[in-house]
Amino acid sequence: MVQYNFKKITVVPNGKDFVDIILSRTQRQTPTVVHKGYAISRIRQFYMRKVKYTQTNFHEKLSTIIDEFPRLDDIHPFYGDLLHVLYNKDHYKLALGQINTARNLIGKIAKDYVKLLKYADSLYRCKTLKVAALGRMCTVTKRIGPSLAYLEQIRQHMARLPSIDPNTRTILICGYPNVGKSSFINKITRADVDVQPYAFTTKSLFVGHTDYKYLRYQVIDTPGILDRPFEDRNIIEMCSITALAHLRAAILFFLDISGSCGYSIAQQAALFHSIKSLFMNKPLIVVCNKTDLLPLDKVSEEDMKLVMEMKAEATKTVIGEGGESTNDEEVLLAMSTLNEDGVIAVKNAACERLLDQRVEQKMKSKKINDCLNRFHVATPKPRDQKERPPCIPQAVLEAKAKEAAEKEKRKLERDNENENGGAGVYSASLKKHYILADDEWKEDIMAEILDGHNVYDFVDPDILQRLEELEREEGLRQEQGEDEDLEMDEELTPEQKEALAAIRKKKSLLIKEHRIKKSTAESRPIVPRKFNKDRNFTSDRMGRQLSSIGLDPTLAINRARSKSRGRKRERSRDGDDGAMDVDGEHSNKKLRLRSTSRSRSMSRPPHEVVPGEGYKDSVQKMKAIKLARNSSNKRNKSARKGEGDRVIPNLKPKHLFSGKRGIGKTDRR
Amino acid sequence: MRLEKCWFCSSTVYPGHGIQFVRNDAKIFRFCRSKCHKNFKMKRNPRKVKWAKAYRRLHGKEMTQDSTSEYERKRNRPERYDRNLAENTLKAIKKIDKVRVARAEDHHKNRMKGKKSMERKQDAKELEQNICMIKPRLVPLEDPSLTLLKIKVKVPQQSEENRMEE
Repeated sequence: MVQYNFKKITVVPNGKDFVDIILSRTQRQTPTVVHKGYAISRIRQFYMRKVKYTQTNFHEKLSTIIDEFPRLDDIHPFYGDLLHVLYNKDHYKLALGQINTARNLIGKIAKDYVKLLKYADSLYRCKTLKVAALGRMCTVTKRIGPSLAYLEQIRQHMARLPSIDPNTRTILICGYPNVGKSSFINKITRADVDVQPYAFTTKSLFVGHTDYKYLRYQVIDTPGILDRPFEDRNIIEMCSITALAHLRAAILFFLDISGSCGYSIAQQAALFHSIKSLFMNKPLIVVCNKTDLLPLDKVSEEDMKLVMEMKAEATKTVIGEGGESTNDEEVLLAMSTLNEDGVIAVKNAACERLLDQRVEQKMKSKKINDCLNRFHVATPKPRDQKERPPCIPQAVLEAKAKEAAEKEKRKLERDNENENGGAGVYSASLKKHYILADDEWKEDIMAEILDGHNVYDFVDPDILQRLEELEREEGLRQEQGEDEDLEMDEELTPEQKEALAAIRKKKSLLIKEHRIKKSTAESRPIVPRKFNKDRNFTSDRMGRQLSSIGLDPTLAINRARSKSRGRKRERSRDGDDGAMDVDGEHSNKKLRLRSTSRSRSMSRPPHEVVPGEGYKDSVQKMKAIKLARNSSNKRNKSARKGEGDRVIPNLKPKHLFSGKRGIGKTDRR
Repeated sequence: MRLEKCWFCSSTVYPGHGIQFVRNDAKIFRFCRSKCHKNFKMKRNPRKVKWAKAYRRLHGKEMTQDSTSEYERKRNRPERYDRNLAENTLKAIKKIDKVRVARAEDHHKNRMKGKKSMERKQDAKELEQNICMIKPRLVPLEDPSLTLLKIKVKVPQQSEENRMEE
């Protein structure tokens, strides 16, 4: 049973609100920042996204509206007609159609503008396109504003419609206005319908529920119907007519026999006859209400006749159902809602009639066969009295018995463990089940490593054999080896050995000295021999070395001493005499030359003007020398080698004077 | 438990020592100590590294293929334990070792065969060349018969005048 619930339709916003909602959403949910410096594709993407997003939202919301509002052709004709009666089918369809068109239009707009955006060159152009797109979409939405408002009204009204199930058991109450229909429904159900003395108190259908024989019945209260031609009926009456027309229900036609509703029985009978076509195939009960005011017997003749006519009609319907003869009481009932006289009887009668009718209908339909078919468990009936127990072969039984016995007898390793001290104390011998040639070997421990070899690498079944071979081989080899003789060379004599040793010692000393010199060469200045601090090169030393070899050093020492320039001038100076000498002084010449030429420098005095230099007199020369000295003084002071020495040292290297320390303070630099 | 050979220097790796490196192609390299491991990481070829056994064998400094090495072979199928076999194996190992050592010694001796004579020659040469370091170079005394007499000749004064003119 489908519940017709129109309460779950989402609220339809009006045009303005709609636009506001969607635009603010776009503003919030899409990125907002774009600059003209961005890549053009990025700008385009930004704006396309906005347009698409807006379109998607519109589409979504409009689609929900279109889907949620019921399609009048798809729902139960009762509701279809009801909605038509209330809201006008055409109007309704038009409104929804407009929404649909708007949706499509918006889609088209978006498509077009996105296409245009693809070719926009600048931020400004993109922006204008986007503004145009959104503007158009909003205009479309504004145009369907009235439709949206209309749909919102409908939605609100539909939500308040009574939830009538058109397929279940229903009892419909109809009649003239003010006859007592609502009071009746108030009596039998929990519904709380307005009961007032004026006509058309009930303006729409009301539903109540009541129970009869463990089944639930819907009771529908309708607004009163006036006797008018069909076309003239207003909406309220049309509601009742619709209900009468479409619902398969038991109909209770209420008759006010007292006339206190303001209408005579004749009028009511006229109404009855005019709508009796609607009572086709429906169980009809004519109910005479307000008997407290005028009991049924006291009704006038003419009225009685009319009532009888109605009853006849009603009985016709009964006959039409199944030809079952019923008593008149079932068709015509009298009651009073005021003192609750006969109310229950009416209800029971109505429910009974309806139930009968429904059951009959079901019996006639095809589905009844499905209901009647149920599963049936067939149990075979015993053929004879013979017993037939299950059959197990003997061998299987024996095996089973043996297994059981074994299980009891076998001693588990676990039991062993428990006997010998438990889990931590006892460790099972894993070698117990070894299969070996001799069982005594089971607990043997085999060596794995021997002398840096893996024993397993040597294991071989015929190792003894191979060992013998090896030994034979070895024996052969040894014999061959003995034939070789050592060649004897001449050995050195002991003196030679001594000499060799001495040579080697000297050599090593030289090498060591050289090494020391080499290692200190960078820090040692290279000075001429006379300034040698180690005093290696004295004539005494030479003398010693020579005498160690075995030579006489005196001659050599004398020669060396005479050749050196002494600090004191001991020898005579005959330098002013002529270079040439007479024969007689040959021997002196040599001496003189030797002494004069080495003890006096050969340089000139500084002020002496040499013809090639270009000075006019010694004063000028001295001045020049002085100038040269002055200029070089500064350079010497700053340790420059000469004019060309322009080295600029890095007096404050940056890495020593800046930077933080990785650890520690930077107080000192 | 097995003793392995170091891939670089071919020495035995005892359990608890060294590093095993497994390459992506599942080849296993075992090293006896970090020296070998670091050399391997430096991509050095043990055949070119002087102290590695691979070099020594390649350059004939040590015995290479020998019948004794056939006895030691990695066996993948375990033999069923036999006490006698085990005993024999252990004894055999000792004997094989002895033989192997003897052969290696022989090889070494062979290699060093000409050393003594070479050394002696070198010594003699050295002695001959460097004898002057310790002994003075003895200049032989001048044989009077072989030397020329030294005569002093007086030059006449004429030569002086000639010189002045020039």
